[in-house]
Amino acid sequence: MLELLEMYWKPFLYFDGYSYSGFVITMWLLIFSVVVGFLISIPLAVARNSKYKVLSWSVASFTIVFRGTPLYLQLLICYSGIYSLTFIQDQTLLNQFFRDGMYCTLLAFTLNTCAYMCEMLAGALKNVSAGEIEAAKAFGMNRFKTYLYIIFPSALKQSIPQYSNEVIIVLHSTTIAFTATVPDILKVARDANSATYMTFQSFGIAAFLYLILSFVLFYLFRKFEQYHTAYLPNTQLSKGLFSTYFSPLKKK
Amino acid sequence: MQDLFSKALSLVDLSGYSNLLLQGTWMTVKLSLLSFLLAMILGIFTALIKSSKNIPLSFLATCYTTLIRGIPDLVLMLLIFYGVQNWVGELTNALGWKFIYIDPFSAGVITLAFIYGAYFSETFRGALQAIPEGQKEASIAYGLSKVQSFRYVVFPQMMRFSIPGLSNVWQVIIKATALISIIGLNDLINAAVEAGKSTNRVFFFLIIAAGIFLAYSILSNVAFALLKKYFQKGVKEAN
Repeated sequence: MLELLEMYWKPFLYFDGYSYSGFVITMWLLIFSVVVGFLISIPLAVARNSKYKVLSWSVASFTIVFRGTPLYLQLLICYSGIYSLTFIQDQTLLNQFFRDGMYCTLLAFTLNTCAYMCEMLAGALKNVSAGEIEAAKAFGMNRFKTYLYIIFPSALKQSIPQYSNEVIIVLHSTTIAFTATVPDILKVARDANSATYMTFQSFGIAAFLYLILSFVLFYLFRKFEQYHTAYLPNTQLSKGLFSTYFSPLKKK
Repeated sequence: MQDLFSKALSLVDLSGYSNLLLQGTWMTVKLSLLSFLLAMILGIFTALIKSSKNIPLSFLATCYTTLIRGIPDLVLMLLIFYGVQNWVGELTNALGWKFIYIDPFSAGVITLAFIYGAYFSETFRGALQAIPEGQKEASIAYGLSKVQSFRYVVFPQMMRFSIPGLSNVWQVIIKATALISIIGLNDLINAAVEAGKSTNRVFFFLIIAAGIFLAYSILSNVAFALLKKYFQKGVKEAN
Protein backbone atom coordinates (compact mmCIF):
# COMPACT_ATOMS: atom_id res chain seq x y z
CA MET A 1 0.00 0.00 0.00
CA LEU A 2 2.72 2.46 1.00
CA GLU A 3 4.86 1.57 -2.01
CA LEU A 4 1.87 2.09 -4.22
CA LEU A 5 1.25 5.50 -2.70
CA GLU A 6 4.91 6.39 -2.99
CA MET A 7 4.98 5.43 -6.65
CA TYR A 8 1.64 6.85 -7.67
CA TRP A 9 0.80 9.81 -5.45
CA LYS A 10 1.99 12.22 -8.10
CA PRO A 11 -0.05 10.76 -11.00
CA PHE A 12 -3.04 10.46 -8.68
CA LEU A 13 -2.84 14.13 -7.80
CA TYR A 14 -1.52 16.07 -10.75
CA PHE A 15 1.22 14.80 -13.06
CA ASP A 16 2.00 11.44 -14.65
CA GLY A 17 5.31 12.27 -16.28
CA TYR A 18 3.92 13.36 -19.64
CA SER A 19 0.88 15.47 -18.89
CA TYR A 20 -1.50 16.51 -16.15
CA SER A 21 -3.40 13.60 -14.69
CA GLY A 22 -5.56 12.35 -11.87
CA PHE A 23 -7.21 14.79 -9.53
CA VAL A 24 -6.41 17.87 -11.62
CA ILE A 25 -7.97 16.38 -14.75
CA THR A 26 -11.04 15.20 -12.87
CA MET A 27 -11.52 18.67 -11.42
CA TRP A 28 -11.01 20.25 -14.84
CA LEU A 29 -13.64 17.96 -16.39
CA LEU A 30 -16.02 18.68 -13.53
CA ILE A 31 -15.60 22.44 -13.43
CA PHE A 32 -15.65 22.95 -17.17
CA SER A 33 -18.73 20.85 -17.84
CA VAL A 34 -20.66 22.20 -14.86
CA VAL A 35 -19.88 25.85 -15.57
CA VAL A 36 -20.38 25.74 -19.33
CA GLY A 37 -23.39 23.44 -19.02
CA PHE A 38 -24.94 25.83 -16.52
CA LEU A 39 -24.37 28.87 -18.74
CA ILE A 40 -25.93 27.15 -21.76
CA SER A 41 -28.81 25.83 -19.68
CA ILE A 42 -30.01 29.35 -18.76
CA PRO A 43 -31.28 30.41 -22.20
CA LEU A 44 -32.43 26.85 -22.87
CA ALA A 45 -34.51 26.81 -19.67
CA VAL A 46 -36.19 30.06 -20.69
CA ALA A 47 -36.87 28.58 -24.11
CA ARG A 48 -38.21 25.42 -22.46
CA ASN A 49 -40.90 27.49 -20.74
CA SER A 50 -41.54 29.58 -23.81
CA LYS A 51 -45.08 29.87 -25.12
CA TYR A 52 -43.84 29.19 -28.65
CA LYS A 53 -44.36 25.48 -29.06
CA VAL A 54 -41.56 25.08 -31.59
CA LEU A 55 -39.02 26.45 -29.13
CA SER A 56 -40.22 24.58 -26.07
CA TRP A 57 -40.61 21.31 -27.94
CA SER A 58 -37.19 21.43 -29.51
CA VAL A 59 -35.57 22.04 -26.13
CA ALA A 60 -37.73 19.32 -24.59
CA SER A 61 -36.64 16.80 -27.19
CA PHE A 62 -33.00 17.73 -26.60
CA THR A 63 -33.36 17.09 -22.88
CA ILE A 64 -35.34 13.88 -23.40
CA VAL A 65 -32.70 12.46 -25.71
CA PHE A 66 -29.80 13.40 -23.47
CA ARG A 67 -31.49 12.30 -20.27
CA GLY A 68 -32.87 9.09 -21.74
CA THR A 69 -29.59 7.65 -22.99
CA PRO A 70 -26.53 6.66 -20.98
CA LEU A 71 -23.72 9.20 -20.77
CA TYR A 72 -21.29 6.43 -21.68
CA LEU A 73 -23.10 5.94 -24.96
CA GLN A 74 -23.07 9.68 -25.61
CA LEU A 75 -19.34 9.72 -24.99
CA LEU A 76 -18.88 6.79 -27.37
CA ILE A 77 -20.89 8.58 -30.04
CA CYS A 78 -18.80 11.72 -29.62
CA TYR A 79 -15.47 9.94 -29.47
CA SER A 80 -15.67 7.00 -31.84
CA GLY A 81 -19.00 7.55 -33.58
CA ILE A 82 -18.62 11.04 -34.98
CA TYR A 83 -14.97 10.54 -35.81
CA SER A 84 -15.83 7.53 -37.98
CA LEU A 85 -17.82 9.74 -40.36
CA THR A 86 -15.74 10.56 -43.41
CA PHE A 87 -16.92 14.14 -43.85
CA ILE A 88 -15.77 14.89 -40.30
CA GLN A 89 -12.33 13.48 -41.05
CA ASP A 90 -12.09 15.55 -44.21
CA GLN A 91 -12.38 18.86 -42.43
CA THR A 92 -9.21 19.79 -40.61
CA LEU A 93 -10.83 21.64 -37.74
CA LEU A 94 -13.50 19.03 -36.99
CA ASN A 95 -10.95 16.30 -37.50
CA GLN A 96 -8.67 17.81 -34.89
CA PHE A 97 -11.52 18.37 -32.48
CA PHE A 98 -13.01 14.89 -32.57
CA ARG A 99 -9.66 13.14 -32.62
CA ASP A 100 -8.85 14.50 -29.17
CA GLY A 101 -10.37 12.44 -26.37
CA MET A 102 -10.40 15.41 -24.02
CA TYR A 103 -12.48 17.62 -26.32
CA CYS A 104 -14.96 14.83 -26.97
CA THR A 105 -15.31 14.12 -23.27
CA LEU A 106 -15.86 17.77 -22.46
CA LEU A 107 -18.45 18.02 -25.23
CA ALA A 108 -20.39 14.95 -24.10
CA PHE A 109 -20.29 15.90 -20.40
CA THR A 110 -21.28 19.49 -21.04
CA LEU A 111 -24.26 18.57 -23.22
CA ASN A 112 -25.39 15.92 -20.78
CA THR A 113 -25.24 18.05 -17.66
CA CYS A 114 -26.74 20.94 -19.61
CA ALA A 115 -29.80 18.80 -20.37
CA TYR A 116 -30.30 17.91 -16.71
CA MET A 117 -29.68 21.45 -15.48
CA CYS A 118 -32.03 22.83 -18.10
CA GLU A 119 -34.91 20.70 -16.81
CA MET A 120 -34.10 21.62 -13.21
CA LEU A 121 -33.94 25.31 -13.93
CA ALA A 122 -37.04 25.24 -16.12
CA GLY A 123 -38.96 23.63 -13.26
CA ALA A 124 -37.65 26.20 -10.79
CA LEU A 125 -38.50 29.09 -13.11
CA LYS A 126 -42.06 27.82 -13.33
CA ASN A 127 -42.23 27.63 -9.55
CA VAL A 128 -41.38 31.28 -8.96
CA SER A 129 -44.49 32.64 -7.31
CA ALA A 130 -46.75 34.80 -9.45
CA GLY A 131 -46.86 37.44 -6.72
CA GLU A 132 -43.16 38.20 -7.09
CA ILE A 133 -43.52 38.67 -10.83
CA GLU A 134 -46.62 40.84 -10.45
CA ALA A 135 -44.84 42.96 -7.89
CA ALA A 136 -41.96 43.42 -10.30
CA LYS A 137 -44.39 44.50 -13.00
CA ALA A 138 -46.09 46.89 -10.62
CA PHE A 139 -42.69 48.45 -9.94
CA GLY A 140 -42.41 49.11 -13.65
CA MET A 141 -39.74 46.56 -14.48
CA ASN A 142 -39.64 45.34 -18.06
CA ARG A 143 -39.40 41.65 -18.88
CA PHE A 144 -35.61 41.56 -19.09
CA LYS A 145 -35.20 43.27 -15.74
CA THR A 146 -37.82 41.03 -14.15
CA TYR A 147 -35.90 37.99 -15.29
CA LEU A 148 -32.54 39.40 -14.25
CA TYR A 149 -33.42 40.74 -10.81
CA ILE A 150 -36.44 38.72 -9.70
CA ILE A 151 -37.04 35.43 -11.46
CA PHE A 152 -33.50 34.10 -11.87
CA PRO A 153 -32.24 34.85 -8.35
CA SER A 154 -35.34 33.33 -6.83
CA ALA A 155 -35.31 30.22 -9.04
CA LEU A 156 -31.57 29.67 -8.61
CA LYS A 157 -31.78 29.93 -4.83
CA GLN A 158 -34.57 27.40 -4.71
CA SER A 159 -32.65 24.89 -6.77
CA ILE A 160 -29.29 24.98 -4.97
CA PRO A 161 -29.86 21.52 -3.43
CA GLN A 162 -30.62 20.10 -6.84
CA TYR A 163 -27.53 21.73 -8.27
CA SER A 164 -25.50 20.20 -5.50
CA ASN A 165 -26.85 16.77 -6.44
CA GLU A 166 -26.16 17.35 -10.09
CA VAL A 167 -22.58 18.44 -9.47
CA ILE A 168 -21.91 15.32 -7.41
CA ILE A 169 -23.46 13.18 -10.14
CA VAL A 170 -21.22 14.83 -12.73
CA LEU A 171 -18.23 14.16 -10.50
CA HIS A 172 -19.23 10.51 -10.37
CA SER A 173 -19.76 10.33 -14.10
CA THR A 174 -16.37 11.82 -14.91
CA THR A 175 -15.04 8.33 -14.14
CA ILE A 176 -15.99 7.14 -17.62
CA ALA A 177 -13.61 9.67 -19.16
CA PHE A 178 -10.82 7.09 -19.16
CA THR A 179 -12.62 5.24 -21.96
CA ALA A 180 -11.73 8.21 -24.15
CA THR A 181 -8.09 8.05 -23.00
CA VAL A 182 -8.44 11.01 -20.65
CA PRO A 183 -6.04 10.48 -17.72
CA ASP A 184 -8.39 11.13 -14.82
CA ILE A 185 -8.20 9.57 -11.33
CA LEU A 186 -9.67 6.26 -12.44
CA LYS A 187 -7.26 5.97 -15.38
CA VAL A 188 -4.34 6.37 -12.98
CA ALA A 189 -5.89 3.73 -10.72
CA ARG A 190 -6.16 1.34 -13.66
CA ASP A 191 -2.57 2.01 -14.64
CA ALA A 192 -1.47 1.39 -11.07
CA ASN A 193 -3.50 -1.80 -11.01
CA SER A 194 -2.04 -3.21 -14.19
CA ALA A 195 1.50 -2.27 -13.16
CA THR A 196 1.41 -3.61 -9.60
CA TYR A 197 -1.53 -6.08 -9.50
CA MET A 198 -2.60 -4.45 -6.24
CA THR A 199 -6.20 -4.27 -7.41
CA PHE A 200 -7.94 -3.51 -4.19
CA GLN A 201 -5.44 -0.87 -3.12
CA SER A 202 -5.32 0.93 -6.48
CA PHE A 203 -9.06 1.21 -6.90
CA GLY A 204 -9.44 1.78 -3.17
CA ILE A 205 -7.29 4.92 -3.37
CA ALA A 206 -9.42 6.17 -6.27
CA ALA A 207 -12.61 5.42 -4.34
CA PHE A 208 -11.26 7.27 -1.32
CA LEU A 209 -10.35 10.32 -3.42
CA TYR A 210 -13.81 10.42 -4.97
CA LEU A 211 -15.43 9.98 -1.57
CA ILE A 212 -13.50 12.91 -0.12
CA LEU A 213 -14.29 15.04 -3.15
CA SER A 214 -18.01 14.25 -2.91
CA PHE A 215 -18.14 15.15 0.75
CA VAL A 216 -16.20 18.38 0.27
CA LEU A 217 -18.46 19.41 -2.62
CA PHE A 218 -21.54 18.56 -0.62
CA TYR A 219 -20.29 20.53 2.37
CA LEU A 220 -19.45 23.58 0.25
CA PHE A 221 -22.85 23.53 -1.40
CA ARG A 222 -24.54 23.27 1.96
CA LYS A 223 -22.66 26.33 3.23
CA PHE A 224 -23.53 28.14 0.03
CA GLU A 225 -27.16 27.22 0.44
CA GLN A 226 -27.26 28.35 4.06
CA TYR A 227 -25.68 31.65 3.08
CA HIS A 228 -28.09 32.35 0.26
CA THR A 229 -31.32 31.16 1.82
CA ALA A 230 -30.73 32.48 5.32
CA TYR A 231 -33.55 35.01 5.10
CA LEU A 232 -35.97 32.95 3.04
CA PRO A 233 -39.01 31.57 4.84
CA ASN A 234 -40.00 27.90 4.60
CA THR A 235 -36.79 26.62 3.13
CA GLN A 236 -35.74 23.15 4.05
CA LEU A 237 -32.10 23.40 4.80
CA SER A 238 -30.06 20.30 4.44
CA LYS A 239 -29.78 19.19 8.01
CA GLY A 240 -26.75 17.00 8.37
CA LEU A 241 -23.95 15.89 6.16
CA PHE A 242 -25.71 12.56 5.71
CA SER A 243 -29.22 13.94 5.48
CA THR A 244 -31.62 12.92 2.80
CA TYR A 245 -30.36 15.73 0.63
CA PHE A 246 -27.32 13.74 -0.17
CA SER A 247 -29.11 11.48 -2.57
CA PRO A 248 -27.61 12.19 -5.96
CA LEU A 249 -30.55 10.53 -7.63
CA LYS A 250 -33.14 13.03 -6.54
CA LYS A 251 -33.34 14.85 -9.81
CA LYS A 252 -36.54 15.40 -11.62
CA MET B 1 -43.12 -8.83 -29.11
CA GLN B 2 -39.63 -9.90 -30.12
CA ASP B 3 -40.90 -10.52 -33.62
CA LEU B 4 -42.29 -7.03 -33.88
CA PHE B 5 -39.04 -5.68 -32.56
CA SER B 6 -36.86 -7.46 -35.08
CA LYS B 7 -39.24 -6.39 -37.85
CA ALA B 8 -38.89 -2.78 -36.76
CA LEU B 9 -35.14 -3.22 -36.70
CA SER B 10 -35.11 -4.77 -40.16
CA LEU B 11 -36.67 -1.62 -41.59
CA VAL B 12 -33.24 -0.03 -41.40
CA ASP B 13 -30.28 -1.68 -43.03
CA LEU B 14 -28.44 -3.45 -40.24
CA SER B 15 -26.34 -5.64 -42.56
CA GLY B 16 -27.26 -8.81 -40.73
CA TYR B 17 -26.47 -7.52 -37.26
CA SER B 18 -30.05 -7.28 -36.02
CA ASN B 19 -29.69 -10.55 -34.15
CA LEU B 20 -26.59 -9.38 -32.32
CA LEU B 21 -28.30 -6.15 -31.38
CA LEU B 22 -31.34 -8.05 -30.23
CA GLN B 23 -29.24 -10.29 -28.02
CA GLY B 24 -27.49 -7.23 -26.63
CA THR B 25 -30.80 -5.55 -25.90
CA TRP B 26 -32.08 -8.66 -24.16
CA MET B 27 -28.90 -8.75 -22.08
CA THR B 28 -29.36 -5.12 -21.06
CA VAL B 29 -33.02 -5.71 -20.17
CA LYS B 30 -32.18 -8.83 -18.17
CA LEU B 31 -29.35 -7.09 -16.36
CA SER B 32 -31.42 -4.05 -15.44
CA LEU B 33 -34.50 -6.00 -14.32
CA LEU B 34 -32.53 -8.48 -12.24
CA SER B 35 -30.41 -5.85 -10.53
CA PHE B 36 -33.49 -3.69 -9.94
CA LEU B 37 -35.26 -6.55 -8.16
CA LEU B 38 -32.24 -7.50 -6.07
CA ALA B 39 -31.55 -3.86 -5.22
CA MET B 40 -35.15 -3.43 -4.13
CA ILE B 41 -34.97 -6.39 -1.77
CA LEU B 42 -31.65 -5.16 -0.38
CA GLY B 43 -33.11 -1.67 -0.09
CA ILE B 44 -36.16 -2.81 1.87
CA PHE B 45 -34.00 -4.76 4.29
CA THR B 46 -31.58 -1.89 4.76
CA ALA B 47 -34.44 0.54 5.29
CA LEU B 48 -36.01 -1.73 7.90
CA ILE B 49 -32.66 -2.08 9.65
CA LYS B 50 -32.10 1.66 9.56
CA SER B 51 -35.45 2.45 11.11
CA SER B 52 -35.10 -0.33 13.69
CA LYS B 53 -33.85 0.34 17.20
CA ASN B 54 -30.80 -1.87 16.90
CA ILE B 55 -28.09 0.78 17.10
CA PRO B 56 -25.00 -1.13 15.89
CA LEU B 57 -26.89 -2.62 12.95
CA SER B 58 -28.46 0.66 11.92
CA PHE B 59 -25.05 2.34 12.20
CA LEU B 60 -23.63 -0.28 9.86
CA ALA B 61 -26.51 0.28 7.44
CA THR B 62 -25.92 4.04 7.52
CA CYS B 63 -22.22 3.50 6.83
CA TYR B 64 -23.10 1.27 3.88
CA THR B 65 -25.48 3.77 2.29
CA THR B 66 -23.26 6.80 2.88
CA LEU B 67 -20.12 5.16 1.57
CA ILE B 68 -21.81 3.70 -1.48
CA ARG B 69 -23.41 6.97 -2.43
CA GLY B 70 -20.15 8.87 -2.10
CA ILE B 71 -18.19 6.61 -4.46
CA PRO B 72 -18.80 6.62 -8.22
CA ASP B 73 -20.54 3.50 -9.48
CA LEU B 74 -17.87 2.70 -12.05
CA VAL B 75 -15.14 2.72 -9.38
CA LEU B 76 -17.22 0.42 -7.21
CA MET B 77 -17.83 -1.84 -10.17
CA LEU B 78 -14.15 -2.17 -10.95
CA LEU B 79 -13.39 -2.60 -7.25
CA ILE B 80 -15.94 -5.38 -6.90
CA PHE B 81 -15.33 -7.02 -10.27
CA TYR B 82 -11.55 -7.19 -10.06
CA GLY B 83 -11.09 -7.06 -6.30
CA VAL B 84 -13.64 -9.71 -5.41
CA GLN B 85 -12.42 -11.89 -8.26
CA ASN B 86 -8.94 -11.74 -6.73
CA TRP B 87 -10.22 -12.64 -3.30
CA VAL B 88 -12.31 -15.50 -4.60
CA GLY B 89 -9.28 -16.74 -6.52
CA GLU B 90 -7.10 -16.62 -3.41
CA LEU B 91 -9.79 -18.31 -1.37
CA THR B 92 -10.26 -21.15 -3.82
CA ASN B 93 -6.50 -21.52 -4.07
CA ALA B 94 -6.15 -21.72 -0.31
CA LEU B 95 -8.92 -24.27 -0.05
CA GLY B 96 -7.64 -26.24 -3.01
CA TRP B 97 -10.92 -25.87 -4.89
CA LYS B 98 -11.46 -25.39 -8.58
CA PHE B 99 -11.07 -21.80 -9.77
CA ILE B 100 -14.37 -19.93 -9.69
CA TYR B 101 -14.71 -17.32 -12.39
CA ILE B 102 -17.16 -14.47 -11.75
CA ASP B 103 -18.59 -13.69 -15.17
CA PRO B 104 -19.33 -10.07 -16.09
CA PHE B 105 -23.08 -10.63 -15.96
CA SER B 106 -23.25 -11.84 -12.37
CA ALA B 107 -20.61 -9.32 -11.35
CA GLY B 108 -22.77 -6.64 -12.98
CA VAL B 109 -25.95 -7.76 -11.27
CA ILE B 110 -24.26 -8.03 -7.87
CA THR B 111 -22.58 -4.64 -8.19
CA LEU B 112 -25.63 -2.80 -9.45
CA ALA B 113 -27.81 -4.38 -6.77
CA PHE B 114 -25.25 -3.50 -4.11
CA ILE B 115 -24.99 0.12 -5.27
CA TYR B 116 -28.62 0.87 -5.95
CA GLY B 117 -29.76 -1.01 -2.86
CA ALA B 118 -28.19 1.86 -0.96
CA TYR B 119 -30.21 4.40 -2.91
CA PHE B 120 -33.38 2.36 -2.52
CA SER B 121 -32.90 2.16 1.22
CA GLU B 122 -33.17 5.96 1.36
CA THR B 123 -36.31 5.89 -0.79
CA PHE B 124 -37.92 3.22 1.35
CA ARG B 125 -36.85 4.83 4.60
CA GLY B 126 -38.57 8.03 3.57
CA ALA B 127 -41.65 6.05 2.58
CA LEU B 128 -41.65 4.17 5.89
CA GLN B 129 -41.49 7.44 7.79
CA ALA B 130 -44.46 8.75 5.82
CA ILE B 131 -46.70 5.99 7.17
CA PRO B 132 -48.40 7.13 10.38
CA GLU B 133 -47.15 5.25 13.44
CA GLY B 134 -50.77 4.78 14.57
CA GLN B 135 -51.52 2.41 11.72
CA LYS B 136 -48.78 0.02 12.74
CA GLU B 137 -49.93 0.19 16.35
CA ALA B 138 -53.52 -0.36 15.32
CA SER B 139 -52.59 -3.41 13.25
CA ILE B 140 -50.71 -4.88 16.21
CA ALA B 141 -53.67 -4.10 18.43
CA TYR B 142 -55.91 -6.01 16.04
CA GLY B 143 -53.78 -9.04 16.62
CA LEU B 144 -51.72 -9.07 13.42
CA SER B 145 -48.26 -10.48 13.81
CA LYS B 146 -45.27 -8.29 12.96
CA VAL B 147 -44.85 -9.97 9.61
CA GLN B 148 -48.55 -9.69 8.80
CA SER B 149 -48.61 -6.05 9.78
CA PHE B 150 -45.70 -5.40 7.44
CA ARG B 151 -47.20 -7.43 4.62
CA TYR B 152 -50.76 -6.07 4.73
CA VAL B 153 -50.50 -2.62 6.26
CA VAL B 154 -47.03 -1.18 5.86
CA PHE B 155 -45.80 -2.68 2.60
CA PRO B 156 -48.62 -1.53 0.25
CA GLN B 157 -48.39 2.02 1.52
CA MET B 158 -44.62 2.01 1.48
CA MET B 159 -44.74 1.02 -2.17
CA ARG B 160 -47.16 3.81 -2.94
CA PHE B 161 -45.00 6.45 -1.28
CA SER B 162 -41.83 5.19 -2.87
CA ILE B 163 -42.94 4.93 -6.49
CA PRO B 164 -41.52 8.31 -7.58
CA GLY B 165 -38.19 7.39 -5.98
CA LEU B 166 -38.24 3.92 -7.51
CA SER B 167 -38.92 5.34 -10.93
CA ASN B 168 -36.02 7.78 -10.58
CA VAL B 169 -33.60 5.08 -9.52
CA TRP B 170 -34.84 2.75 -12.24
CA GLN B 171 -34.01 5.38 -14.85
CA VAL B 172 -30.53 5.64 -13.38
CA ILE B 173 -30.13 1.84 -13.33
CA ILE B 174 -31.00 1.60 -17.03
CA LYS B 175 -28.22 4.03 -17.79
CA ALA B 176 -25.82 2.40 -15.34
CA THR B 177 -26.12 -0.94 -17.11
CA ALA B 178 -24.20 0.69 -19.94
CA LEU B 179 -21.16 0.81 -17.67
CA ILE B 180 -21.08 -2.98 -17.33
CA SER B 181 -19.98 -3.15 -20.97
CA ILE B 182 -16.71 -1.59 -19.78
CA ILE B 183 -15.96 -4.73 -17.77
CA GLY B 184 -16.68 -6.85 -20.83
CA LEU B 185 -20.35 -7.80 -20.79
CA ASN B 186 -21.79 -8.31 -24.28
CA ASP B 187 -24.68 -5.94 -23.81
CA LEU B 188 -26.34 -3.58 -26.24
CA ILE B 189 -23.44 -1.15 -26.31
CA ASN B 190 -20.77 -3.74 -27.00
CA ALA B 191 -23.02 -5.30 -29.65
CA ALA B 192 -23.42 -1.92 -31.33
CA VAL B 193 -19.69 -1.20 -31.18
CA GLU B 194 -18.88 -4.63 -32.60
CA ALA B 195 -21.41 -4.31 -35.41
CA GLY B 196 -20.21 -0.82 -36.18
CA LYS B 197 -16.56 -1.77 -36.27
CA SER B 198 -17.04 -4.69 -38.62
CA THR B 199 -19.27 -2.76 -41.01
CA ASN B 200 -17.35 0.49 -40.66
CA ARG B 201 -20.50 2.31 -39.60
CA VAL B 202 -19.84 2.96 -35.92
CA PHE B 203 -21.88 6.15 -35.80
CA PHE B 204 -24.95 4.51 -37.30
CA PHE B 205 -24.98 1.56 -34.92
CA LEU B 206 -24.32 3.71 -31.86
CA ILE B 207 -27.27 5.90 -32.81
CA ILE B 208 -29.41 2.76 -33.12
CA ALA B 209 -28.30 1.71 -29.64
CA ALA B 210 -29.15 5.18 -28.33
CA GLY B 211 -32.61 4.88 -29.90
CA ILE B 212 -33.17 1.54 -28.19
CA PHE B 213 -32.08 2.96 -24.83
CA LEU B 214 -34.37 5.93 -25.31
CA ALA B 215 -37.31 3.69 -26.18
CA TYR B 216 -36.56 1.52 -23.15
CA SER B 217 -36.54 4.43 -20.75
CA ILE B 218 -39.67 6.00 -22.24
CA LEU B 219 -41.52 2.67 -22.14
CA SER B 220 -40.54 2.11 -18.54
CA ASN B 221 -41.79 5.58 -17.66
CA VAL B 222 -45.17 4.51 -19.01
CA ALA B 223 -44.97 1.29 -17.02
CA PHE B 224 -44.26 3.24 -13.84
CA ALA B 225 -47.22 5.50 -14.49
CA LEU B 226 -49.41 2.38 -14.66
CA LEU B 227 -47.79 0.97 -11.53
CA LYS B 228 -48.48 4.22 -9.73
CA LYS B 229 -52.12 3.96 -10.72
CA TYR B 230 -52.23 0.42 -9.36
CA PHE B 231 -50.80 1.32 -5.97
CA GLN B 232 -52.81 4.52 -5.89
CA LYS B 233 -56.15 2.75 -6.01
CA GLY B 234 -58.20 3.45 -2.94
CA VAL B 235 -56.52 6.82 -2.49
CA LYS B 236 -58.31 9.97 -3.48
CA GLU B 237 -56.04 12.52 -5.10
CA ALA B 238 -56.44 16.19 -4.37
CA ASN B 239 -56.52 17.22 -8.00
